[in-house]
Amino acid sequence: MAEMDTSSGGGHKKGPGVKKGKKMSTRVDLTPMVDLGFLLITFFIFTTTMSQPTAMKLFLPKDVDKPEEQNKVKLSAVLTIMLGKNDQVYYYEGDDPTKLQSSNFKAIRDVILDKKRRTDPKDFVVVLKPTADATYKNTVNILDEMTIDEIKRFALVDISAPELQVVQATESANGIK
Amino acid sequence: MGRAKLPRKSTNIDMTAMCDVAFLLLSFFILATKFKPPEALHVETPNSVSSKIAPEKDVVMITIDKDGKVYLSVSDANPTQKAEMIDEVNTSKNLGLTATEKANFSKNASAYIGVPFTQLKSYLSKTPDEQKGIVLAGIPVRDSTDNQMTEWIHAAAAAFFQDGKKMNILLKGDDAAKYPSFKGVTDALKKNDQMKFQMVTNPVAVPPGTELYKTNMATGTKGAS
Repeated sequence: MAEMDTSSGGGHKKGPGVKKGKKMSTRVDLTPMVDLGFLLITFFIFTTTMSQPTAMKLFLPKDVDKPEEQNKVKLSAVLTIMLGKNDQVYYYEGDDPTKLQSSNFKAIRDVILDKKRRTDPKDFVVVLKPTADATYKNTVNILDEMTIDEIKRFALVDISAPELQVVQATESANGIK
Repeated sequence: MGRAKLPRKSTNIDMTAMCDVAFLLLSFFILATKFKPPEALHVETPNSVSSKIAPEKDVVMITIDKDGKVYLSVSDANPTQKAEMIDEVNTSKNLGLTATEKANFSKNASAYIGVPFTQLKSYLSKTPDEQKGIVLAGIPVRDSTDNQMTEWIHAAAAAFFQDGKKMNILLKGDDAAKYPSFKGVTDALKKNDQMKFQMVTNPVAVPPGTELYKTNMATGTKGAS
């Protein structure tokens, strides 16, 4: 029962008023560090799988020279969409390019859907005609619009001279450079 | 009072081991992440709702940069096909390339082919270091009478066919590229009867309320196939 006083002894209070330097523990609380580690891990796991680019499929039609082999479409069921400068979209129904109307990528969806509703689904065709001023982004966007609006039949066609004239006239009238 | 003291269990758990594991995993994932190779040209791809992952094997990549210049490259795993391509082009175009120049060409499969045939020999005779400083002119595609992409696609198709592999044509275009370049590429593909190709895009969600959105909701799929 005799207690030995160990001078180096921890914990024992020597009495009131006697201050003793508290021995600092060498242990560091690693919990926040673990948290950070796992946070980074989750980040890297997600970025590895998510950075994969996706691809959009496009099937090109075969060029046919003979007119009798070409696909016939009903004029009333055709919606022609032309892509101009500066992300502008122009469209007309039927075969008269002078009835051209201006639009943009936001508004064109309603135009397409409206036409789709009014037309017999088996005849409905959208003809896409990008001008030389249209960008690749515009082209992909309008192709994507076909997917979004579930247009089964569409064609990517070169713009004809009369159409180009109308588009250019409209562009200069609207002051689009 | 010689009573044995029960050791009091501390509520603190030693986190060191867990920390070790966390950082081990962290370093693994950092290392395993495939970093984007330092690209010679930066291409900003457009968005699409397509959710199909772009293929990585046997890829023939056609790149259109923001100025509308067109380049061709082959995936890293296909140096044999690239070697066959240059052989084919060399014969058909009478370029008179030496073996070193050919090796220069096919050694780095994913390096861009981006010069017209007339400049190919002088470009390939340079060392890789010298090549770095050269601004590539791009493969001419805009002129329908001299669409050199047609020959390259032909050579690529022949090379992949010969080895019994299915060529995946990927088109990676920049947002700002103009339509004629794209048209030139599609014309070249059409001439070679390569009717199927894929365009690299950034995935975006299908806009709510659209027809595709409704169909996807009904069938429980995501994106477009």
